[in-house]
Amino acid sequence: MNAGLAPGVRAAAQPGRFELLRRRPLVVAGVGLLALVLVGLAGLALGTVSIPLGDTIAILAHRLLAWPGAPTWPATSETIVLELRLPRVLLAMAVGAALGIAGATLQGLLRNPLADPYVLGTASGAALGAAIAVLLPLQVGLLGLGLGQLLAFGGALVAVTLVWRLSRASQLGSLTGLLLTGYAVGSLLAAGLAIAMYLSGAQLRQIVAYLLGSFAQASWQQVAVATPLILVGGLVLALRARTLDALLLGDETAAHLGLEVARERALLLGLAALVTAAAVATAGLIGFVGLVVPHVVRLLVGPGARQLLPLSALFGAAFLAGADLIARLPGELPVGIVTAVVGAPFFLFLLRRVRTGYEL
Amino acid sequence: MSDLELRGVGLAYGARPALVDVSLTIAAGERVAVVGPNGAGKSSLLRCLAGTARGRTGAIRLDGVPLEELRRETLARRLAVVPQQVQLPFAIRVEEVVALGRIPHEDPFRGPGAADREAVTTAIRRVGVEPLVGRDARDLSLGERQLVLIALAVAQQGGLLLLDEPTVHLDLRHQVQVMELLRELNERDGLTILAVLHDLNLAAHYFPRCLVLDGGRLVADGPPAVALAPARVEAVFGIDPRLLAAPG
Repeated sequence: MNAGLAPGVRAAAQPGRFELLRRRPLVVAGVGLLALVLVGLAGLALGTVSIPLGDTIAILAHRLLAWPGAPTWPATSETIVLELRLPRVLLAMAVGAALGIAGATLQGLLRNPLADPYVLGTASGAALGAAIAVLLPLQVGLLGLGLGQLLAFGGALVAVTLVWRLSRASQLGSLTGLLLTGYAVGSLLAAGLAIAMYLSGAQLRQIVAYLLGSFAQASWQQVAVATPLILVGGLVLALRARTLDALLLGDETAAHLGLEVARERALLLGLAALVTAAAVATAGLIGFVGLVVPHVVRLLVGPGARQLLPLSALFGAAFLAGADLIARLPGELPVGIVTAVVGAPFFLFLLRRVRTGYEL
Repeated sequence: MSDLELRGVGLAYGARPALVDVSLTIAAGERVAVVGPNGAGKSSLLRCLAGTARGRTGAIRLDGVPLEELRRETLARRLAVVPQQVQLPFAIRVEEVVALGRIPHEDPFRGPGAADREAVTTAIRRVGVEPLVGRDARDLSLGERQLVLIALAVAQQGGLLLLDEPTVHLDLRHQVQVMELLRELNERDGLTILAVLHDLNLAAHYFPRCLVLDGGRLVADGPPAVALAPARVEAVFGIDPRLLAAPG
């Protein structure tokens, strides 16, 4: 496609420093996969008890791939790797992937670079649900999930449904109406959350812990419930990438390109909300990932959703698994703090230093 | 080849009629300008033809098939619309914008294939925007951006091209460039072209057939010498026709 470029034009185009990565989604995907594997192994090996990398890999190979041979490692190592760390690492990856792909979807659907997975009320709905669960003197559980997780999941979905319904009655253009309705409903739910926090007394700490996000309670049951939702939702989203591509130029152009805009938007919004709800129910409100990961991916490979969606999931997974590792090494910091403290300076660096041809 | 037929087409926004009883036929290979004062129904007509107007009455047939019986995607393969202006929320390269025109043709799961890439390259060459390849479409001038959007529509490879005021905000040189391009696409590539225009001089000079809308009604249809005759221009636009260069 570069054939016919005049020499002067080519010089003016100024190849960026990351020329190799740009327009090479496969290279970017390879780097992301490598990062994911390395972060995953580090997450299994490191912690209050460090387990040699060789043992970690051997345990995985032995138990998961039925690798033959007698164990040469202590039984406690196996318990730590398989029962404590592996579900935690996998859950962090699943939640990171969910936030990455939901963020990319909502930015595209709303045509707004400031959108994130929480923009249409999911976060405030989930937070209010979790806070109510803390206040209720009940011990209810389902599928290994606590009341807090169930109410957070429900709260997120109820909030986004409310936003969707109310926005359709608004007089504004559909996107502005949707965003403003999301903001209004979110504010209302945040007020409810504030009341709950005010009334919570000694239980305030539990609510704050939810708001900052954590994988400390990760279990295989949670992995088993959240991962399928995230995988299926994410897969369907990725398969409808061209809807987001068509929407790049606006609703009207999307219709002219053959899209049933209203139907497609409702479908993608629903899937993004589902995936986000699964994420916030298991891990609490982890900020920054869903906003910034899609931007980093866009800087590297451009706005095409066919690459953007899967790569946002991949990089979200690697980033959040890494952030969780950093969060637990000094002794259980809330992971939402780490994503912001580590992620924000890195993002600022990218914005200032990297020229890829897809600057913000 | 696309043949467009309208019978008694009407459209209203609430109680306000935008189009009233419009009937006309556009044969394959024609080049037609739609003119009229603000609010005359030009954009409404375009929206009806593009199939995006809600509550349209009357019949529109594309090659004899009622528009509402065609799936959106099928329609998008036959008929391309050049939007008036677009806002780009994210950085996107010129060739990526043009490639969006392939969406109705692409395999929805496997994505663009060799034929799609070929069509994009051809459209870029055809419209002459090769020098813009590789640039962020947000950094283009309005004139350059208009050409890129036309390239997108050309890549869509429908036989019918609809344009909504393609020369608005453009300087004189770009206006002429766009008009010459439309003439070429029509005469050399055989595309049927229907363009909403504000500038009567451009319409008269570049289009063999002009439709004049006023208050939602089709008040004239014919070659510019007839459709844009001085008395008509005075009646419809309320201007002294001497302000208009001699048609033809």
